[in-house]
Amino acid sequence: MKYSIFSLARAALSGHKNWRPTWRDAAPKDRYDVVIIGGGGHGLATAWFLASEFGIRNVAVLEKGWIGSGNAGRNTTIIRSNYGLPGNTGFYELSMKLWERMEQDLNYNAMVSQRGVLNLYHSDAQRDAFARRGNTMRINGIDAELLDQAALRKMLPFLNFENARFPIQGGLLQRRGGTARHDAVVWGYAHAASALGVDIIQNCEVTGFTRDANGKVTGVETSRGKIGAGKVGMAVAGSSSRVAAMAGLRLPIESHVLQAFVSEAIKPLLPNVMTFGAGHFYVSQSDKGGLVFGGDIDGYNSYAQRGNLPVMEDVCEGGMALIPMIGRVRLLRQWGGIMDMSMDGTPIIDKSPVDGLYINAGWCYGGFKATPGSGFVFAHLLARDQSHKEAALFRLDRFQRGAMIDEKGQGAQPNLH
Amino acid sequence: MRITCPFCGERELGEFTYLGDAKPQRPAADAGEDAVYNYVYLRDNIAGVMSEHWYHGGGCRAWLKVTRNTLTHEISAVEAAAGAGAAKVGA
Ligand SMILES: Cc1cc2nc3c(=O)[nH]c(=O)nc-3n(C[C@H](O)[C@H](O)[C@H](O)COP(=O)(O)OP(=O)(O)OC[C@H]3O[C@@H](n4cnc5c(N)ncnc54)[C@H](O)[C@@H]3O)c2cc1C
Ligand SMILES: [Zn+2]
Repeated sequence: MKYSIFSLARAALSGHKNWRPTWRDAAPKDRYDVVIIGGGGHGLATAWFLASEFGIRNVAVLEKGWIGSGNAGRNTTIIRSNYGLPGNTGFYELSMKLWERMEQDLNYNAMVSQRGVLNLYHSDAQRDAFARRGNTMRINGIDAELLDQAALRKMLPFLNFENARFPIQGGLLQRRGGTARHDAVVWGYAHAASALGVDIIQNCEVTGFTRDANGKVTGVETSRGKIGAGKVGMAVAGSSSRVAAMAGLRLPIESHVLQAFVSEAIKPLLPNVMTFGAGHFYVSQSDKGGLVFGGDIDGYNSYAQRGNLPVMEDVCEGGMALIPMIGRVRLLRQWGGIMDMSMDGTPIIDKSPVDGLYINAGWCYGGFKATPGSGFVFAHLLARDQSHKEAALFRLDRFQRGAMIDEKGQGAQPNLH
Repeated sequence: MRITCPFCGERELGEFTYLGDAKPQRPAADAGEDAVYNYVYLRDNIAGVMSEHWYHGGGCRAWLKVTRNTLTHEISAVEAAAGAGAAKVGA
């Protein structure tokens, strides 16, 4: 099914009764060239790039629940490429460029909205750090603008500029950043991958690996039987340690819960994504009108997909410090997702020490923006057995070599990244 | 989630700070790089019952060893962690 203004008009004239499923819910075959574990954004994007860029179409994506039931469908949908360290800067910009053409590539409306991401600063020192990050971005060909308070007052008159503790001095704006509709990203990749022959298999939990005499992975054991594979790639977000353990591996990762919040719908208020620089609070307004926001992870290991009240309080305090007038808006929903927090806050995209098993993990809470880039470089690794140049530093052994990519400079304490 | 501190009683979570898995043991000074790498970076990341270190910064400022299920957040035991804080009560 190809979507266009004509398909929309045709469907409208027939009362929208003739839409067909946008992707094929497949049953497992005996064997695939590549099996991807995890039907989140990253797994589906990987499958699509394997089929579309690297000519490998005998591919299955195995998902234990339904596609998008993990973090892909739980995140606050912010996309940006404002990173400062080598390794991150180029990778996230690759991803941003793929966001910019995703809807045409996939023939699917993912509601990619480049409404701008604004990081506010509240002190001279923070301004200097932001100026430096902005310069790093610009040297690498990425857009960044440092705005002063006067410019912000024109754009966002409702911010609490005179906050006694954290006056807003200005902000670093990436205009090309913004948001995308998370579910549509999942469905879009499923739609396009499925059309190229990729099997998307739901309710199929991987429970183990089959290995040959040399220890090479030859396939997976699942709740729907054994499936053979030339190569297996795992993209299971918060479950990476559990899946890797089935192959006898321990990872430099802890699983943590991050919460997200949505308010009741209000009239258009926030023109872009903004982040409070003196605490942890980020917010945007969805096209339905709800304020979508979040903050810190809860900070303790969790697989429970729900968080606790102290973080909720902290997040709301951050919101009140920044935009006092939202105090009367009611909270509508709140939920949690489980993410891999890596030891340096940076992802791992690499061959594993086990032959035939490839790892895409450690996305922390910035993995949504990485979805297209991650899919592309992981497909590259699976197809060519070689890291893509923009992912060449995301190696599993970097901790052993002292080559961490620690954007926040926090050290080996996952809950601080 | 509320934690019952053995010294202060049941308190809300916001009073506590999390360190992590209590299992990794600091290797001996001459143990070699692999052992240190293992200790500093690799984790079991248990899905289930785990023993972990928490700090009661908003209360008695003791380090605690909490036994907690990471799948449900249910806490089954809280005791003083071995070390300086615990020495105060002779543990
Ligand atoms: C509340 C919240 C807010 C966030 N906000 C942002 C944001 O604003 N911007 C941003 O860039 N990032 C954000 N993130 C992070 C981002 O959502 C994740 O890093 C990213 O979605 C992870 O990749 P994924 O989409 O492939 O993960 P997932 O969607 O979690 O996919 C992994 C899939 O693997 C499946 N799986 C696990 N184990 C098995 C198994 N054994 N067998 C088969 N399948 C299995 C799971 O069911 C799941 O569907 C946020 C995360 C959360 C939780
Ligand atoms: Zn106490």
